[in-house]
Amino acid sequence: MALSHLSSTRSNRLLRPLAAAASSLCRPISTSTEPLVIETSIPFTPHKCEPPSRSVETNPQELLTFFRDMATMRRMEIAADSLYKAKLIRGFCHLYDGQEAVCVGMEASINKKDCIITAYRDHCTFLGRGGTLLEIFSELMGRQGGCSKGKGGSMHFYKKESGFYGGHGIVGAQVPLGCGLAFAQKYNKDENVTFALYGDGAANQGQLFEALNISALWDLPIILVCENNHYGMGTAEWRAAKSPSYYKRGDYVPGLKVDGMDVLAVKQACKFAKEHVLKNGPIILEMDTYRYHGHSMSDPGSTYRTRDEISGVRQERDPIERVRKLVLGHDLATEKELKDIEKEIRKEVDEAIAKAKVSPMPEPSELFTNVYVKGFGTEVFHS
Amino acid sequence: MASVLGRYGRKWSLGCVSYHKNHLPRFSTVTHSAVPSEPIQQQQAGRSMNLYSAINQALHIALESDSRSYVFGEDVGFGGVFRCTTGLAERFGKHRVFNTPLCEQGIVGFAIGLAAMDNRAVAEIQFADYIFPAFDQIVNEAAKFRYRSGGQFNCGGLTIRAPYGAVGHGGHYHSQSPEAFFCHVPGIKVVIPRSPSQAKGLLLSSIRDQNPVVFFEPKWLYRLSVEEVPEHDYMLPLSEAEVIREGSDITLVGWGAQLSIMEQACIDAEKEGISCELIDLKTLIPWDKETVEASVSKTGRLLVSHEAPITGGFGAEISASIVERCFLRLEAPVSRVCGLDTPFPLVFEPFYMPNKNKILDAIRSTVNY
Repeated sequence: MALSHLSSTRSNRLLRPLAAAASSLCRPISTSTEPLVIETSIPFTPHKCEPPSRSVETNPQELLTFFRDMATMRRMEIAADSLYKAKLIRGFCHLYDGQEAVCVGMEASINKKDCIITAYRDHCTFLGRGGTLLEIFSELMGRQGGCSKGKGGSMHFYKKESGFYGGHGIVGAQVPLGCGLAFAQKYNKDENVTFALYGDGAANQGQLFEALNISALWDLPIILVCENNHYGMGTAEWRAAKSPSYYKRGDYVPGLKVDGMDVLAVKQACKFAKEHVLKNGPIILEMDTYRYHGHSMSDPGSTYRTRDEISGVRQERDPIERVRKLVLGHDLATEKELKDIEKEIRKEVDEAIAKAKVSPMPEPSELFTNVYVKGFGTEVFHS
Repeated sequence: MASVLGRYGRKWSLGCVSYHKNHLPRFSTVTHSAVPSEPIQQQQAGRSMNLYSAINQALHIALESDSRSYVFGEDVGFGGVFRCTTGLAERFGKHRVFNTPLCEQGIVGFAIGLAAMDNRAVAEIQFADYIFPAFDQIVNEAAKFRYRSGGQFNCGGLTIRAPYGAVGHGGHYHSQSPEAFFCHVPGIKVVIPRSPSQAKGLLLSSIRDQNPVVFFEPKWLYRLSVEEVPEHDYMLPLSEAEVIREGSDITLVGWGAQLSIMEQACIDAEKEGISCELIDLKTLIPWDKETVEASVSKTGRLLVSHEAPITGGFGAEISASIVERCFLRLEAPVSRVCGLDTPFPLVFEPFYMPNKNKILDAIRSTVNY
């Protein structure tokens, strides 16, 4: 196919009017599964391994799914922002918008028996694992219908049946846990792997190096994914790390640096990584990504980086825009159709919020449940 | 040679500032500034400020008065997430006030080493909930250094500061009160101030104290608690509790932000004719048993209140010690009004907290036992 190499916007815009006129009259959104090969925007940078090919196999249906999933995540996070400002969500809320390609690309290469464990920026990861918008908004607003029964909040989403192990507040603590998950998988010989995600801030935690050593020593099928959005809260990576090349920090553990804003690159890297760890033990994937919001809703996100930088990334590297261009460029859907999808998503999100808003809070007795296995262990206070 | 100078220097600085023993403004209720109950010694005038400003002032003074003192931690350079370290880096330079990477164990270990070279290392842990990676360093290194080296080495210049306690919506990991874990370790001190003027004096004492100190700051009060704070360099004694409200029917003991809740309960109890004596423990270990014992000998009843979960909380230690000392005098069992034995909840925070009504109920039933 002539357009298999991703070309610039300008040439697409020139081609479009001709193609559109003819196609919008009779062609529906492509749901074909005919293979399409697309090159990643930049090559992978390897550390002690052979990088995978830049040519990624995909198909129109998958690309449109990517678009829909990422657009849903984006819309959801923006809605969460408004809900927080309206004080319907309380506590701490860490938004993922800008980083959608990482969890969507990852899901495309794995199944629900593989485990994912991440830190507190977990709303989209949960959605990717099969969570529903209603569960998400309910949990954020502390309602019974939330995925953690309203007891976890924004930072503690879990989905056992889809292998999503959450949702962790303490920075870096989830990585050694991931090693344990991987060990169990290896022991059970079930050919599944664990993805343990952490950020550039967490990369300086001692427990990360303990996890690396353990997983390498015992050949565990774990993929350590550093979601490098370049800022640990307000601290730029070069201020916190002697070596911000996180994919190399494993030393004896091989690594790969991936453009985390390119969903196809992420998919390719995760597919490669899964195959790798099942044979050779751990690997580190560094996802070069970016978050548009600040660290959390208490952080404006503009005191440690310029607005130009943020809008620059939005213009040049936005993951959703990338897929939109691909879809339009390969004539898999029209602009109107994509906009319709976005409208549909907006409606879905609004409906979920409306439902969640009127759903009940947890019963007060829930305060005492799940502390231990059964019954109390807690003293009901009396004087 | 350096250690001799260090010791001499510290003695000098201790000598030239006066200790204020209970001569500071009366404990203020949360939102308005206090009225002094006794005239303060003739020093510089005070200025109205909140908790984080008082702590900031203490740090400025500490760094100014001792050129071998350092402040470091996550994000302290720009002023810190609670603004306690504002202006320090600009004034004293980046080699004395600096950011660390995100590694609590590393931060505290590093601080211990710095203190072992006879410096004043003031390490900040961003939230007390994150102090646990550093727990080993504190318990096994800091607390035992002097003991196991037979006095050759020590890390007395170490002070670890951490915001602790509920804040209304902090959830599991921004609300914990972990003081009880540290009270179980001989070799360190645990200090918790209740108000801005207390915080300034206690922090300066903690920094200059010749033992490692863990200093917990009640984050709820950072902005909320405002009072007149003297502007000069002053220190408040450690291991001395303060009777902040006199009474005769029951003794209440607490620390930090909980005291303001307890005071509300005392005021309400007063209306019912119950006279409550309220004590601020200030230093949890080594704690001032004499003051509490004297008070309970007078009243015959004790109630302890803290945000941390009741089982194994520091209230248990106070209760056991006082029962040992005052058994025959006690008119009722020691009452503990504390957080519940659950992880610190998110939406259920109002149920979990030892609020005024729970304390009032406990006062009544203790008095009517």
